Amino acid sequence: MSYLTKSPWIIHYDASSCNGCDIEVLACLTPLYDVERFGIINTGNPKHADIFVVTGSVNEQNKEVIKNIYNQMPKPNVVVGVGICACSGGVFRECYNVSGGVGELIPVDVYVPGCAARPEQIIDGIVKALGILDKKYKDSKKGGDFK
Amino acid sequence: MDLLIFLILFPLIAAILMLLLPNGEIRDAIVKIAALIIAVSSVYLFIETFGKGISYVTIGSETVGMAILLCELVVAIFIIAISLKFRKYIVAALAIVQTAILVYAEEFASVETGFLNELFVDEFSVIMALIIGIIGSLICVYSVGYMKGYHEKHADVKDNRKLFFFVMFLFLSAMFGVVFSNHIVWLFFFWEITTLCSFLLIGYAMDEIAWKNAFWALLLNTIGGVGFSGAILFILVYSGNGDFIYLNNLIAAGPVFAMIPAALIAFAGLTKSAQMPFSSWLVGAMVAPTPVSALLHSSTMVKAGVYVIVRFAPIFELSYIGVLISLVGGVTFLLASAIAIGQSNAKKVLAYSTIANLGLVVACAGIGTQEAVWAAILLIIFHAVAKSLLFLAVGSVEHQKKSRDIEDMSGLISTMPKVAVMMLIGIAGMFLAPFGMLISKWATIHAFVNALPPFGMLLIAMIAYGSGITVFFWAKWMGKLIEVKKKSSPLKKEATSPEMFTLYCLTGLTVITCLLFPLISGFMIEPYIVEVYNGTVSQLLSLNNMLIMLMMLVLILLLPLSLGHFSKGRTVVGQYMGARPGVSGVSFAGSMGVTKEVELSNYYMEEFFGEEKLSKTGVILTIILLIVFAAVIILNLPGMVM
Amino acid sequence: MTFEFFTNSSFIGAVLFILFAPLIGGIVMGIDRKITARMQGRVGPPVLQPIYDILKLFEKENMVVYESQNFWILSYLIFIVVTGVLFFAGSDILLVIFALTLAHVFLILGAYSTGSPYAHVGAERELIQLMAVEPMIIIAAVGLYQVTNSFDTAGIIQSTFAPVIVLPGIFLGMVYILTMKLRKSPFDLSTSHHAHQELVKGLTTEFSGSTLGMTEIAHLYELVFLLGFLFLFFGTAAPLIGIAVILIVYFLEVFVDNATSRVKWQFALKSCWIVTAVLGVLNLLALYLI
Repeated sequence: MSYLTKSPWIIHYDASSCNGCDIEVLACLTPLYDVERFGIINTGNPKHADIFVVTGSVNEQNKEVIKNIYNQMPKPNVVVGVGICACSGGVFRECYNVSGGVGELIPVDVYVPGCAARPEQIIDGIVKALGILDKKYKDSKKGGDFK
Repeated sequence: MDLLIFLILFPLIAAILMLLLPNGEIRDAIVKIAALIIAVSSVYLFIETFGKGISYVTIGSETVGMAILLCELVVAIFIIAISLKFRKYIVAALAIVQTAILVYAEEFASVETGFLNELFVDEFSVIMALIIGIIGSLICVYSVGYMKGYHEKHADVKDNRKLFFFVMFLFLSAMFGVVFSNHIVWLFFFWEITTLCSFLLIGYAMDEIAWKNAFWALLLNTIGGVGFSGAILFILVYSGNGDFIYLNNLIAAGPVFAMIPAALIAFAGLTKSAQMPFSSWLVGAMVAPTPVSALLHSSTMVKAGVYVIVRFAPIFELSYIGVLISLVGGVTFLLASAIAIGQSNAKKVLAYSTIANLGLVVACAGIGTQEAVWAAILLIIFHAVAKSLLFLAVGSVEHQKKSRDIEDMSGLISTMPKVAVMMLIGIAGMFLAPFGMLISKWATIHAFVNALPPFGMLLIAMIAYGSGITVFFWAKWMGKLIEVKKKSSPLKKEATSPEMFTLYCLTGLTVITCLLFPLISGFMIEPYIVEVYNGTVSQLLSLNNMLIMLMMLVLILLLPLSLGHFSKGRTVVGQYMGARPGVSGVSFAGSMGVTKEVELSNYYMEEFFGEEKLSKTGVILTIILLIVFAAVIILNLPGMVM
Repeated sequence: MTFEFFTNSSFIGAVLFILFAPLIGGIVMGIDRKITARMQGRVGPPVLQPIYDILKLFEKENMVVYESQNFWILSYLIFIVVTGVLFFAGSDILLVIFALTLAHVFLILGAYSTGSPYAHVGAERELIQLMAVEPMIIIAAVGLYQVTNSFDTAGIIQSTFAPVIVLPGIFLGMVYILTMKLRKSPFDLSTSHHAHQELVKGLTTEFSGSTLGMTEIAHLYELVFLLGFLFLFFGTAAPLIGIAVILIVYFLEVFVDNATSRVKWQFALKSCWIVTAVLGVLNLLALYLI
C-alpha cells in the first residue's frame, strides 16, 4: 500500500449542484462521519489535492473551471463524481445549458449515484477511489512517470 | 610614509586634470587609470602598514599649516558667497560663525601647537582608506558609463561632467585627508571640503529641487561645522595644552580632558552621518545622479561622520555623553528602518537604510566598549560594500526601466538576471544571517548587553524591534525581484560595460569580505582595539561561532547547485488562479468579457509606517536628546575650564 | 560552559535532532490533531497522520510553477535544520535566531518566486508575522543571557535555577508569539491547516508534492526547536516542571486554536509588539531591580 491511501486530500467542486450533494459531502466531515479518521482532509487547493470530488452537472459556464482544476492536480489523482447529476446530468440533463455528467469532460474513476448521495455512499466511493489511486501510483512506478 | 601624502595629493591632481580635459574617450580612460592607481595604492598602503600598528608622518612646515588655514578660509568664503547669492542667509551666517570661531581660536590660541605628526595611519585608517580607495574609485569607474547615459536621458540638465569628475576625485582626496589627519585643524579642513563637495554634487542638476536639497545639506552640515570649530576653540583656547590639537594625544588624554571636544566633534559627526534630526539632508541628496548617492552613502561623507565618532568611542565608554549619542543612534536606527517600510522608491529605501545602519554604528560608538567598537568598524566595512553595490545596481536598473520604483522591479530576475542576482546578493548582505551586516548586528547585541544599565536594555529593545523591521523591508524587496508572473527573455545588454564591471567587482567584494571577515577581524580590527584600549582584547567572537558563520555562508553559496537537480523531471503548471474560466496566464476574467491581469504589489502599511509621522517623532525625540546632550556639555564646562 | 562545536555532547545533540525531530514533531502534531478532533467531538486521524501526509507528498508528481521555487524551499528546509542543529548542539542563541530568520526568508522568497497572487498575499503576511515575532525572540535571548550570563544554549540550559522565575514576563510573551510561530488560530494569517479559503492556501498555494513535503518536514523540525526554546526557561534546574509546563502551554495553544477565529494582520502586528514591549522590555528592565 502506498501512503497515498492513508492521506487522501480532497478538493471539492460544486459544478451546478442543487447543494443537496454538497451538504452531504460536508456532512462527511462532521463528527458523525468524521472522515479525518482516514486522514482525509478537505483542501481548497487543487495543487495539494489527490481526489477531485465533483457534485452537480456540468454546464457551459464551468467546463473550463473543472478542466482547470483537474489539470492543476498533481498526479496520481482520481476523480469522484458524487450524486446522479455529476454522473449523468440527472434531472437537469435536458437543460439547454447543461452538457451532462463530469465524465464527458474529464476521466471519472468512481461514480457515486444518488439524489442526494448519502454520506455513507460518498465515503464508500472515496474508499474505492483510494484503491484506484494506489493502483495508479503503482502503475506509474512501473511506467516510470505519471503519464 | 610618503604614501599618505600621495594618497591625498594624487586624487587632487587627478581632479584638476578632470577640469582641464574635455568630455571624451581620453578623459574616460584617465578616470579609469586614476581610479586604478588610487585603488592599487590604497591596497599598497595596506600591505606596507600591515602589522605595524600606528605610525606618524611629520610634515613640520609652518607654510603647509598656513596654506591649509588659507584654503580653509577660501572654502568658507566660497560657501558664504554662494549662500548669499542664493539668499540662504542662515547658511551664510552659520558659515561666518564657524569661520569666525576658527579664526578666533587660531588668533588667540593660548597654547603652542607646533607642527609634528600632522598625519598618521593605523589599522582603522587603513580600513577606511581601503573603503575609500577601492569602493570610491570603483564608483568613479561606474560613473564613466552612467553619466554618459544620464546626459542622454536628461537633455535638460547641463552637461557639466568636467566639474562632476573634478568633484568626485576631490571628494576622494578629502576623504583620505580626513582619515589620515592627526592634526584636528587639518581634519576640520578636509571635513569642510567633503561638505563642499557633497553640496556641489547634490546640486549637480542645477535645477530648483537640486539647489534646494543641496543647500539643505549644506545648512545641516554647517551646523555640525560650528560644533567642530567649537571643539577646536576649546582645545586651543581653554585646554591649556597644545598637544591636544593632535588626535592621538587627545584620545590618550582620556575622558577627563577630551570629553568636551570629543562630544562637540561627535555632534559634528552626527550631522555628517545624517543621524536624526539631521537625517533629511541624506534623503534629499538622492536627487543627485546615482553614483553620487552611492559615493555619499557608502565610502565618503557619511562615513567621515561615523569615522570621527568611532575614533572618539573610547572616550565615551560608560559616560552619559556616550549614552546620549547611543540613544540618538538607536532612535535613528529604529525609526529610519520603520520609515523604509513605507517607501517604494528604491533609492529612498536605500537612503533610509543607510541612515538606520549609521545609527547602529553611532549607537555602538557611543557605548564605546571594545566589543561595541569592534562591531561598529565591522558595520562600517560591510555597509560600505553592500550599499554601494545596491545603489549602483538600482542605478543600472533605472536606466533600463526608466523607474527607480521597487514595484517596477517586479520579475527583474527574468528580464535582467545578472543585475538582479547581484542586487539579491547586496540585499542579503544587508540583513541575512551569514552575510556581513548580520555578523555586526550580532556583535552589537553582545556589546549592548554590557552597556551602561539600564540604557543598554533600552538599546537592545530598539535593535530588537529594528531588526524585525529591517527583515520586512528588505525581504519584500527581494521578493519583488524574484516574483515572476510570466517568463520573458532577458535583455541582451543589461548595462554599459563600466557599470557591469563595477557591479561584478562589488558583488565579489561583498562575498569576499564575508568570507574573509575572521581575517579582517583578527588582523585589522583587533590590533586597533588592542592599541586604543591599551591591553589585551577579550575574545570578541569565538572561533566556533566564526566557523559556523563560514559554514553557513559556504552552504548558501553551494545551494544554488541544487537548481541543476530541480530543473529535471518537473511538470510545469501555471499559477492557480482560483480556476477562473476563459483566461490564460496570471489574469482573471471579469464580467462582460473583460480580462484583468493580476497586479501584485507589496505592503507598505502607511498607517503604521508613514514617513511624515515617524520622521516628526524621530526629530522631536532626537532634539530632546540633543538638548540634554548640550546641557550635559554645559554642565561639564566650568569644571573643565577651571 | 563555553560551547565547543566538535565535542561529543554537542555532536550528539545535533545528530539526535536531525534524526528524531521529524518523528517527535510528527507525533506532537498528530496528538495535536487528535486533541483538536476530540474537542470537536470527533475521533480524529491516527497519531502518525502528519507523517503519513508527508510520506504521501513525496509519492506525488513534482509539479512546479517555476523550477527555481524548489531551490528556495530546499534552502528553507536546510536552514531550519541548521537552526535546530545549532540550538541543540549548544551554540550561540542569537546565531540560532538569525538562522531561523534566514530560513523563513527563504520560505517567503519561495512563495514570492511563484508569482501567484495567493502565494503573494501569503508571503506578505508571513513577513508581517516574522516582523511581529522577531523583537520578542531577541529580547528572550537577551533576557536568558542576563540571567545565566551565557549566550550559548549549552550554558543557558545549565543555569543553577530556572530562568523563568525571574523572566515570567518574557516567558509569557514567548508563549504569546508561539501561536504565531506555530501558525495557529487566531494568528494563522499566512497559511493554515484549517479551511480558511480566501487565500486558498496562502504561502503554500503553489507548492505541491515534494515541495510541499519539504515545507512540512521543516515545520516539524521547527516545532521541536520552538518547544526546545521554551524548555530553556526551565533548563536542567527544573526539567520535569519544564516539560509539564510546555505540555500545558501546547494544550492551551490547541485550545486557543479551536476557540478563536483569525484576526486581521493589523491586530496581530500591534498586539505582538505591545505584548513584547509590556512583557518583554519591562521584564528586561526589571532585571536591574532584582
